[in-house]
Amino acid sequence: MNDTALLLRLREVQAGYDRPVVGPVSLELWPGEVVGLTGLNGVGKTTLLKLLTGEARLFAGELQRAAGLTVAHHRQQPERPPELPLTGREVLRLAGADTAAAPARLQALHRRCLEEMSGGEYQLLHAWACLMGPARLVLLDEPTNNLDQDAIELLLGELDALAPGRAVLMVSHEPEVLQAACSRVVSLCR
Amino acid sequence: MSLSLAWDPMFRLPLLTGLLLAVALPLLGAGLRLREQWLSSLGVAQMAAAGGVAGVLLHAPVIAGALLGALLAGAARMLAGAARNEHYALMLLAGWAGVMLLAMHGHEAQMAAVHLLNGQLYFSSPAQFGAASLLVVLVLLSGRWLSRRLLQARLFPDHFRANRQPAWPHELGFEALVVGAIVLGIGTLGVMATFGMIFLPPWIAFRLARGWLPALLLSVALGVAACLAGFLLALGLDLPFGPTLVAVLAALAPLRLWRRRAGI
Repeated sequence: MNDTALLLRLREVQAGYDRPVVGPVSLELWPGEVVGLTGLNGVGKTTLLKLLTGEARLFAGELQRAAGLTVAHHRQQPERPPELPLTGREVLRLAGADTAAAPARLQALHRRCLEEMSGGEYQLLHAWACLMGPARLVLLDEPTNNLDQDAIELLLGELDALAPGRAVLMVSHEPEVLQAACSRVVSLCR
Repeated sequence: MSLSLAWDPMFRLPLLTGLLLAVALPLLGAGLRLREQWLSSLGVAQMAAAGGVAGVLLHAPVIAGALLGALLAGAARMLAGAARNEHYALMLLAGWAGVMLLAMHGHEAQMAAVHLLNGQLYFSSPAQFGAASLLVVLVLLSGRWLSRRLLQARLFPDHFRANRQPAWPHELGFEALVVGAIVLGIGTLGVMATFGMIFLPPWIAFRLARGWLPALLLSVALGVAACLAGFLLALGLDLPFGPTLVAVLAALAPLRLWRRRAGI
């Protein structure tokens, strides 16, 4: 990558699984940025994130990552194994997040096991874990799904306080969230 | 038989071998439950038993055949990443059919099948005790590292691929431990008792514990308690050890009805 500060560069990228489902897309992501991805259902927003995690295939174009880039991915529906005796604190530790720095809302989940949390609480915990971990690039796929307004504000506050060396690529269908959180928004179309 | 036999030097080695397996098998069972692969252990055990009986027919050591059968089943499970309970059920049915059909081909094969299916803990050898000790050491030494990576892979499934970190060290390491434990388990406890030790203690512990470490400790405590109780009951009532152990483990299952979790 020519510019050493750049975290990610996509040039005319087409990505998919058996065949391309998104693209061509061009995008650059710099440290300190929170970039939103929006577009109609099925346009390939999630697939684009999956390309960055290695789950989807690159069919055409060029994908460049900064050397040693670390990535955290909050899926649209985070994995939630049934009856796993893992507490909220343990989930945060697994992600490398500082448990002491968690706000009261998340501290309340520290001793609760996964199945003792509501869908929204687990969504918030997982998104928070990805955000507060050490990864330089955080991929958030509709992180505000199932969240109440207070929880959304909590995430937005954290995005606003993002460390300068990190960046977030966030998929959302909520214009207010994108407007409040993102330094710019990329709209995908077919 | 009398209970005093439990302290007889002749039974010390079998008891200690059983207790070592009662530590290792529930811990590995917790990992399999985390990965929703607990049923696969019965499939691997049946395939290992079929391999053991085939080994006898080929005039090879039982353990070599069992290891080969378990390795083939373990490799199939690891390579079929999307394997589900249906695949594991197929594996155990095929393994069971293999054992039964191969056992028809001679007295030695039949004896080997009976020993592998029902267990023969009382005839544990020093080599089996040594292997069980080594297994426990390996499981405990790798436990922290394996736990962290298996949990990360479960809750953050893209972590290793997205960060271009290899997942094969923990995948292969865990499979190797499971295969080794199952081969050792069926050679001493028998197929169903091995499966019982892998399945039941973590199933109860995952319901009752709060936190990963408490769940592991409770799994081991249940496994060890069941092994001790099974051993004493089998000796005292002159019963076969394998089915007695499974009965004790099954009798613990209602503990799941306990409503409160305990732990950190």
